[in-house]
Amino acid sequence: MTFYDEIGQHSWQVIEQEILDRSPADVERALSSSTPGMEGFISLMSPAADRMIEEIAQRAQLITEQRFGRVIGLYAPLYVSNSCTNSCVYCSFNADNPISRLTLSVEQARAEGAYLHEQGFRHVLLVSGEDQNAAGLDYLKAVVKGLRPLFDSISIEIYPMDTDDYGELARSGVDGLIIYQETYNPDRYKEVHPAGRKKDYRWRLETPETGGKAGFRRIGIGSLLGLSDWRIEGVYLALHARYLMRRYWRSQITISFPRLRPAVGGYCPPCPVSDRDLVHMMTALRVFLPDAGLLLSTRESPHLRNHMIPLGVTSMSAGSKTDPGGYTHDSGTEGQFEISDHRSPHEIAQTIRDHGYEPVWKDWDSSFIV
Amino acid sequence: MDKPLVIGTHSFSSRLMMGTGKFSSPEVMRDALEASEAEIVTVALRRVELDNPGDTILSHVDRDRFVLMPNTSGARDAEEAVRLARLARAAGGGSFLKLEVTPDPNYLLPDPVETIKAAEILIKDGFTVLPYIQADPILAKRLEEIGTATVMPLGSPIGSNRGIRTRDSIEIIIEMANVPVVVDAGLGAPSHAAEAMEMGADAVLVNTAVSVAGNPVAMARAFKKGVEAGREAFLAGLGQPRKKAEASSPLTGFLR
Repeated sequence: MTFYDEIGQHSWQVIEQEILDRSPADVERALSSSTPGMEGFISLMSPAADRMIEEIAQRAQLITEQRFGRVIGLYAPLYVSNSCTNSCVYCSFNADNPISRLTLSVEQARAEGAYLHEQGFRHVLLVSGEDQNAAGLDYLKAVVKGLRPLFDSISIEIYPMDTDDYGELARSGVDGLIIYQETYNPDRYKEVHPAGRKKDYRWRLETPETGGKAGFRRIGIGSLLGLSDWRIEGVYLALHARYLMRRYWRSQITISFPRLRPAVGGYCPPCPVSDRDLVHMMTALRVFLPDAGLLLSTRESPHLRNHMIPLGVTSMSAGSKTDPGGYTHDSGTEGQFEISDHRSPHEIAQTIRDHGYEPVWKDWDSSFIV
Repeated sequence: MDKPLVIGTHSFSSRLMMGTGKFSSPEVMRDALEASEAEIVTVALRRVELDNPGDTILSHVDRDRFVLMPNTSGARDAEEAVRLARLARAAGGGSFLKLEVTPDPNYLLPDPVETIKAAEILIKDGFTVLPYIQADPILAKRLEEIGTATVMPLGSPIGSNRGIRTRDSIEIIIEMANVPVVVDAGLGAPSHAAEAMEMGADAVLVNTAVSVAGNPVAMARAFKKGVEAGREAFLAGLGQPRKKAEASSPLTGFLR
């Protein structure tokens, strides 16, 4: 049984109704339990919990400090290609957008990596659009090989592959996989992914499992916030995380909170998520999943990121560029989305210190992989 | 006067070992280590660059004062643990090794099968191996037979601050052991450390309870005192607890 089968037992509407039906007493019960479980989590995500966001945040802070300490990991994305065969309506890399396309050579990717290494990064996230002609398995393996001497952890945010191909990447030195469902709402999914392989909701949904089978040490999931009701997305994320944790128990599950940002194409999010909603969702997920890694990117403003340092975040990106080659030269191509936090990695590290946390550049070692 | 704690070829007067994770800054860590008066400090290989003299953690651990004990945290099988350990020694990490094989990233519970496999290889390699294990008395004996320098049973899961939830098994391990027993993981308060020492443990290892305390330096000092108090009580010989006050010989007093 895959996660697709599991969520077949739930319906979007029923979960929505459950969330709406929760009372303040339900929320208090969830907060007073040391293991609130899925029932408790639904209460924490309900409108009845809106007034108790401070209590949820305090609980989240306590749990995170206990489990992870007062530390924030730092990583940087490295975009290798913006070539894409999909037509995601919210994304600049949409195949229909008239932007110039660029795939870095292996040498260029290494130069970008050397720049990031120089900045202090030891964890890197390789990102590409979905185009196997531009950035296929052999290309990615060559890029990884070039980057391994520079980084202790290499993750990928590319496109779904089968177990064999992911397995090859894992053996060549990739330890983490990030793959967002974007939205767990099947109808909305269909609307915003009109063409390309990504049209297939089920295939996308089962990809984190493929990553688990392939042996990645970290598996990252996420909803693109703004596509549909964040409360319901949050419940699906929690179900998905729990499913993966129980089956791929050797892998750490991470959750990202990508909120839709302005991009080429001018897509307007149908269900905007406020700062308050984002904090609510993240802290409630922390209470439900004490061990999950929670990632916050430079999509968010310095103001919000500063305040979220003590609320449950475990890793942050810093100094990001979202266009291929953007670190070492002006590539002249469009980024995937607009960055909101433009501070340098060192400024962000200092801000983390100013909040009484330690910025951690290295929390893995390349020698884990042969 | 207490006898020293002997591990491998080293002798120690402190019975508190310290971890280096989760501190809010390397300076706080350094001050807490100092206040703890520990002599053995463990550091996760995944967190440091052993060959980099400017490494934020290592540059704050005085190697003249502390024996550095790298740990293999993050390793999920024997092969990975052995590889990490060898690289660490090649980079100047010394021969003390805290062997951790923890395939699940959430509770970080030790895998007994892979721990035995790794210990066998590393002992042949000449490491002084201190294995992190479940509180399993037979496993402890098996590791001792292979030649580990200590056994390190957990009180409760790492970082949980729950104290000694494995008391009955740890008592058996202590009773049966010929190597030092170090209670590792889960000790959340100086009273937990004192409890372990009162039970007859040879040492304890503490990290989270100190690093996430409101004042880590003061908490390190408190743990030092807890360990000393527990040790002293153990050596003094604790009275057995009784359910109610009893006359000295209610049944046989008439014989006098």
